[in-house]
Amino acid sequence: MGILDGKRILVTGVLTEASFAFHAAKLAQNEGATVVLTGFGRMSLVERVANRLPKPAPVLELDVQNDEHLDTLAGRVREEVDGLDGVVHSIAFAPQSALGGAFLDTSFEDVSTAVHVSAYSLKSLTMATLPLMPDGGSVVGMDFDAQVAWSGYDWMGVAKAGLESTARYLAKYLGERRIRVNLVSAGPVKTMAARSIPGFDEFESAWDTRAPLGWDLNDPEPAARGVVALLSDWFPKTTGEIVHVDGGFHAIGA
Amino acid sequence: MASTEEIRSGLAEIVNEITGVPADDVQMEKSFTDDLDIDSLSMIEVVVAAEEKFGVKIPEDEVQNLATVSDAVSYIEKAGS
Repeated sequence: MGILDGKRILVTGVLTEASFAFHAAKLAQNEGATVVLTGFGRMSLVERVANRLPKPAPVLELDVQNDEHLDTLAGRVREEVDGLDGVVHSIAFAPQSALGGAFLDTSFEDVSTAVHVSAYSLKSLTMATLPLMPDGGSVVGMDFDAQVAWSGYDWMGVAKAGLESTARYLAKYLGERRIRVNLVSAGPVKTMAARSIPGFDEFESAWDTRAPLGWDLNDPEPAARGVVALLSDWFPKTTGEIVHVDGGFHAIGA
Repeated sequence: MASTEEIRSGLAEIVNEITGVPADDVQMEKSFTDDLDIDSLSMIEVVVAAEEKFGVKIPEDEVQNLATVSDAVSYIEKAGS
């Protein structure tokens, strides 16, 4: 018996085996779910990585800035499964100029791209998959604590603040359809996305000293477990919530 | 275990399949980024394919240390021995 037995889950954001999404998909399968993936850009890489899941999963192409991809998503998912019980949003991007300390000089065009891909896409993805969840469902997104400013994280931090707020509004507007929308605020993990953040290594020492439970930058599994828990029926009345899976870092001042 | 030359030519086939760079260009002294113009994500895909072809494990953290074709070939040789 797994906590996701019989559930059909769409997982976005698998890129490599280090991706949060890869571990969420893997654990979801181990807990009994049928998983469908979406990939962006490097489809052949995503397909190779998808073959490394316990059960190879189909991969659909999804660029969240492409309206045609979004409009056709439900139909394409339906060719693989007859509906969905959950969706994992693990998508973020910011142009280089929006990261790494040039905060005061970033153009709005680049900020707009970051917010479109990293925050607005939670709404786009949820609405694109809504027809597949007539009896309700669980949407889970990946967050990085946006209540404070971080070195080098810059406009991605602003986008994450937008993601947090978007999740709350989706929770508000979709509650009557029994759609739960929650985020996992994870500690830093060396994914491909994290490697593109200048100064990411500084987070390592911060987490080493402040996280009461300790933290391993090379282990995406704790956050993926949080995602699977939120996808399950064990948070039936939780929505608009941010669950911190960060070793307890957020709770400690110094 | 494959010989050094077999690993190099196997790797060259993978690089060609993924990036379109001619296999003959993938010589030992070449740098993946500077000479062959392979970006970080294509490099990850090359490594994933190489893991399958040669039955080895190459951690993602290691990929940034594989600057040249020779670095990758020796890593695969060591990992496979």
